[in-house]
Amino acid sequence: MKRSNEPLFWSLFGAGGVLSALIGPVLIFITGIAVPLGFLLPPETLSYTNVLAFVQHPLGKLALLTVIALFLFHGCHRMLHSLHDLGVQTGRRATFGFYGFATLATVVTAGLLLGF
Amino acid sequence: MSDATPSRTIKIECLRYDPETDDKPRFQRYQVPFTDDMSVLQGLQYIKDHLDGSLTFRWSCRMAICGSCGKMINGVPQLSCHTFLREYYPRTVRIEPLNHFPVIRDLVVDQSRFLDHLETVKPYLIPKDDQPLAAGARRQTPAQMDRYYQYSQCINCLLCYAACPQFGLNPDFTGPAALALLHRYNADSRDQGWRARREVINAEDGVWSCTLVGYCSEVCPQGVDPAHAINQNKVNSTLDYFGILNLLLPKGDKT
Repeated sequence: MKRSNEPLFWSLFGAGGVLSALIGPVLIFITGIAVPLGFLLPPETLSYTNVLAFVQHPLGKLALLTVIALFLFHGCHRMLHSLHDLGVQTGRRATFGFYGFATLATVVTAGLLLGF
Repeated sequence: MSDATPSRTIKIECLRYDPETDDKPRFQRYQVPFTDDMSVLQGLQYIKDHLDGSLTFRWSCRMAICGSCGKMINGVPQLSCHTFLREYYPRTVRIEPLNHFPVIRDLVVDQSRFLDHLETVKPYLIPKDDQPLAAGARRQTPAQMDRYYQYSQCINCLLCYAACPQFGLNPDFTGPAALALLHRYNADSRDQGWRARREVINAEDGVWSCTLVGYCSEVCPQGVDPAHAINQNKVNSTLDYFGILNLLLPKGDKT
């Protein structure tokens, strides 16, 4: 029987699922509602200088990379399996496409973060 | 059956199919007088005894323990002895063979797909050593028994296979009941068979074909939770993949 490499992607999916469930809604609230509307948080919370300082701090870089990479792997895994559930044939190409996109975007994010 | 005279008549539609003579399956409708205490199985028996002796279906115990009489009843996999005609009246009851299995005739399916999968999980205790009889029974605490007891209640009725969309898409998937039974033995303190069964768990067609739809657990007439068994073993398979499981298993189980 062919051993599955799924544990690798399932772990990333699981980690992304936990993280998105824990902080996804509050991130949307802060960046999409609270700050733009000046509701609870002052509008300058996400000002250029603040965000730049966040991105320049090593912990800030790590936090951004973790959130972006794990959310991506979670979403890509979910979409790949949903396609299968809908009866769309998902072969090697779809697998490479989805996970490849998540990997590529992770690498690009890491590169951009290192640039600051 | 009660002595009460049937006062109502229900329509039962059965799938009829004989692969040797029929091009495709068709539905046949029967009018069946019934009493409140009559199961769907008793409705089928009435048809066979009084209306049409050629209707073919499996049954045995009539009390939801043998697992023989599973059918699709109005689209839901159920034991026909455990489902009552009164629940459907005045609607028509539509009875089809279990989904995802080849039909041998009428409501009888070919179970060999499941039996092949069942064999691969080695559904028996694999002890570490052959203990002599003189050593006495292998004792177990109630807590140790709790870890596998519900999974040992499976009656191989195949309702979970008929419910599983993944098995429908890919019959090579080991499937809910076989994987739940695999876990039943792996979770038993008297068993040291992880190594013998790991290949099935770790395979593409093992636990990794499950997407946690959970319908298998919903239709189980015995309260087994195959979805839970499978997902516990996704964790085990992941730990095994990264080589961590070895550190956690008791000595005899090391791979």
